[in-house]
Amino acid sequence: MYDKEKLEKIKQDNRNYEADWEKGVEKLAAKGKKGERKDKFVTGSGASVNQLYTPLDIDIDYRSEIGFPGQYPFTRGVQPNMYRGRFWTMRQYAGFSSAEESNARYKYLLEQGQTGLSVAFDLPTQIGYDSDHPMSEGEVGKVGVAIDSLADMEILFNGIPLDKVSTSMTINAPASVLLAFYIAVGEKQGVTPDKLNGTIQNDILKEYSARGTYIFPPTPSMRLITDIFDFCTRNVPNWNTISISGYHIREAGSTASQEVAFTLADGIAYVNAAIIAGLDVDTFAGRLSFFFNAHNDLLEEVAKFRAARRIWAKLMKERFKAKSERSMMLRFHTQTGGSTLTAQQPDNNIVRVAIQTLAAVLGGTQSLHTNSKDEALALPAEDSVRIALRTQQIVAYESGVTETVDPLAGSYYVEALTKRIEDEAWAYINKIDELGGAVKAIEQGYIQKEIQDAAYEYQKEVEAGKRVVVGMNKFQIKEKPPQGLLRVDPSMGFLQAKKVAEMKSKRDGNMVQAILDELRSAAKGNDNMMPIMLKAAKAYCTEGEICDVLREVFGEYTPIQVL
Amino acid sequence: MDLVQLVKEGNRVAIARLITKAENEAPEAAIAMRQLYSETGKAFLIGITGPPGSGKSTLTDKMVKELRKRGKTVGVIAVDPSSPFTGGAILGDRIRMSDLALDDGVFIRSMGTRGSLGGLSKATYDTIKILDAAGFEYILIETVGVGQSEVDIVKTADTTVVVSVPGLGDDIQAIKAGIMEIGDVFVVNKADREGAERVVIELAQMLELNANMGDWFPPILKTVAVRNEGIVEVVDKIMEHREFLTSSGELRNRRKERISNELFNLILKKVSAKISTKLSEENFWDSQLDEIIENQKNPYDVIDRVIDGILQ
Amino acid sequence: MMTERKIRVLVAKPGLDGHDRGAKIIARAFRDAGFEVIYTGLRQTPEQIVAVSIQEDVDVVAISLLSGAHGTLMPKVVKLLREKGADDKLIIGGGVIPDDDIPALKEAGVAEIFTPGTPTSVPIEFIKANVRQ
Repeated sequence: MYDKEKLEKIKQDNRNYEADWEKGVEKLAAKGKKGERKDKFVTGSGASVNQLYTPLDIDIDYRSEIGFPGQYPFTRGVQPNMYRGRFWTMRQYAGFSSAEESNARYKYLLEQGQTGLSVAFDLPTQIGYDSDHPMSEGEVGKVGVAIDSLADMEILFNGIPLDKVSTSMTINAPASVLLAFYIAVGEKQGVTPDKLNGTIQNDILKEYSARGTYIFPPTPSMRLITDIFDFCTRNVPNWNTISISGYHIREAGSTASQEVAFTLADGIAYVNAAIIAGLDVDTFAGRLSFFFNAHNDLLEEVAKFRAARRIWAKLMKERFKAKSERSMMLRFHTQTGGSTLTAQQPDNNIVRVAIQTLAAVLGGTQSLHTNSKDEALALPAEDSVRIALRTQQIVAYESGVTETVDPLAGSYYVEALTKRIEDEAWAYINKIDELGGAVKAIEQGYIQKEIQDAAYEYQKEVEAGKRVVVGMNKFQIKEKPPQGLLRVDPSMGFLQAKKVAEMKSKRDGNMVQAILDELRSAAKGNDNMMPIMLKAAKAYCTEGEICDVLREVFGEYTPIQVL
Repeated sequence: MDLVQLVKEGNRVAIARLITKAENEAPEAAIAMRQLYSETGKAFLIGITGPPGSGKSTLTDKMVKELRKRGKTVGVIAVDPSSPFTGGAILGDRIRMSDLALDDGVFIRSMGTRGSLGGLSKATYDTIKILDAAGFEYILIETVGVGQSEVDIVKTADTTVVVSVPGLGDDIQAIKAGIMEIGDVFVVNKADREGAERVVIELAQMLELNANMGDWFPPILKTVAVRNEGIVEVVDKIMEHREFLTSSGELRNRRKERISNELFNLILKKVSAKISTKLSEENFWDSQLDEIIENQKNPYDVIDRVIDGILQ
Repeated sequence: MMTERKIRVLVAKPGLDGHDRGAKIIARAFRDAGFEVIYTGLRQTPEQIVAVSIQEDVDVVAISLLSGAHGTLMPKVVKLLREKGADDKLIIGGGVIPDDDIPALKEAGVAEIFTPGTPTSVPIEFIKANVRQ
């Protein structure tokens, strides 16, 4: 980035600086003192950090590697003016207990100035079991809302006009079923599919490698995903058909570079699958979105987001020959890092979340969920959710970092970190290519092993006190147990099971059976599954019934266990 | 409550407890094993071995299910390596068999090698007898297949299944190194992968080169265990081999050899334990170390004298 | 001649919870502490966990749960173990479990609950001190 002559001079100055420093250290050593407070300086992900970064560390071409926002390779952001146009979507992931209670929470959040909805489903819903299934025991309504059929979905969005909000749904293995429910609710409200805005997570690969809510094996799962790509391109054009997620990979313990690498490797697998299914890359790639984590190492995280954008742009342009600029843009949602929160002194979590919010915003996120301070203890209570949302609003309105685009660009350290993360991620992507792609790498346990090794390493460092977690392994205090945690009514499971049974008794049983038979033959064939899903949704087939048919045809995934 | 009686009745808590006692070499176990011995010898033992990543556990899972379909009860012993440094182990094989956990006709036990060099832990032999006495008709022994250790398995099992898989470059080399002789049935698992046919051909060529082949020519079968493909054929071939062993009298020979090995090993173990106790008690050589260092005595004479002393 | 007794631990993930970072870390830490560890994998029913605990004759059943289903699933494992006559095992739990819930879990027979931020050495020492002899 600098001319040769100047660089030579800087090099000379740098040598002098280093020599002076060495001398200083020697003097201190002679007095038995140390110049630095520890032997090794590392990032949150454990990469070593130099004492000083200078122009010598960013020997890259500005125009090809950094460039301008809204332009290839999008290192500085996907829009030309970023938050000067509008802020990111403030989107709090929420949902618990029944559709009625979650509906009330959504209305509260919208009143508080939230600009998009994000639906958390309970585990039975995420794994395709109705609330009255034996495997659902104890889980109904716990980590999200219980949705068994269109009837619940109607209540969930009661009084919320679907043409006015954008809705993100964290649903993966049964994504097409829930999307069908959503489209059906829209139609009941008089909103046609082309007016719907939102995202389904729909990212099965990270379920296998990190999150655990898989149902079917990879091949049929990839087919369901490409069916959604194809269907939405034609019928729900404003829908983000997938949110390729590094969030859970990081939560499972990966490093920042691994988060980028494994997420983009999953992305490559989806693009490949869609191309093999006969789709043209530019028809669907613009609807792919991503989902990353934000941890405490502010600058490393900012660099991570910038590196991810740069790699994806290069991949789409060079490997997949995308023509449309939109196909090359990595747009992403961020959630602050759940695993960074401590159960000890939970108020400290507000500060962590604020740092992570800054990381996401300085990294150019398109939408953001901020965790609530009590999430290491239980589901967030309403006032903790409000503080979390206020954190975003303070960064947006008061911090000043939104007034210009990509303000950290050109920082010697941030650019060097961006480059380092990019290089490390490419090395992983190449390795995964060698293994035959992300699906094969997961089947062989490679990705899981890398993540677990990093997680165990981190844990050992924390326990050895090499990493300080404030309030947890340093600066501890005696605390009273926290009060006022949110509880899900224990009778919820029973009530929801009763609700499904009642709903089932009111349906036209013959029609349900006929549609499920039709679904079965569709699953066995090759046609797009979405139309029949929609038909099943409207006939009030339950999610469990639909998934049972698919389990029967597709089989179930049995994970390789890596320890 | 008589543990031995409960084991004979098939009480699962008792079976499990006695195995633990055998693993820990508890004195009660030694007594119980004597009492149980008359009930053993009825089960048919199948060894399954192959390199890590060959899908042994999944194959075992599917074979058990197939045997269950045929109305047989099955015991499974899954052996994983213990860490040489901490002695700890992660015993992960039964993860692949989790839906067998609730089948009363199946009993699965995971074991760490606990420092034994062969692929089988010392207590494996006792565990086989306990499951045998408890009435399990088939006992599958799944072991880590690395290097030489597979030889252990053939000394233990009636039928040995050697599993290989395409895409592990060194796999065939390892097979060459010594397990060609021990396999009674060869399985190429994950046969939907590229290179499966090549593995089959290489195995066939090596088998043909193997001179000391008897009347049983080991078949090579392809499976895709995760999809349950080829499993029926594997079990059929094992049954065929069993038939062959019985009708040819080879079964008795194998078992004799097994007992002979076991006796040899146990005697050696007992004797060496006794010797170490004695040596540590009596400090036979301490006084002579200085003389050895100063070349006044040679170590060989000292060894002979010590041994003569013990054996008296 | 009794060899050193090995402590055997089952690390179990009941229910539908897919968060296994903690379970896998604790499994590795137990191994490194010299224990023999059997890990069930995800989505095990209490019945399966109990059957495995019995067959493996583990000394300890360590249940990891972050989905909020602990109040239902942990007591069920204890109850089933008792019914099967295998009630001499040490049962411990870990995960996102509110302090208020802990007395009821202990009442039900769970020996100890370890919440987020607990170093792995704590359950290891607890097991060594409390495991059946």
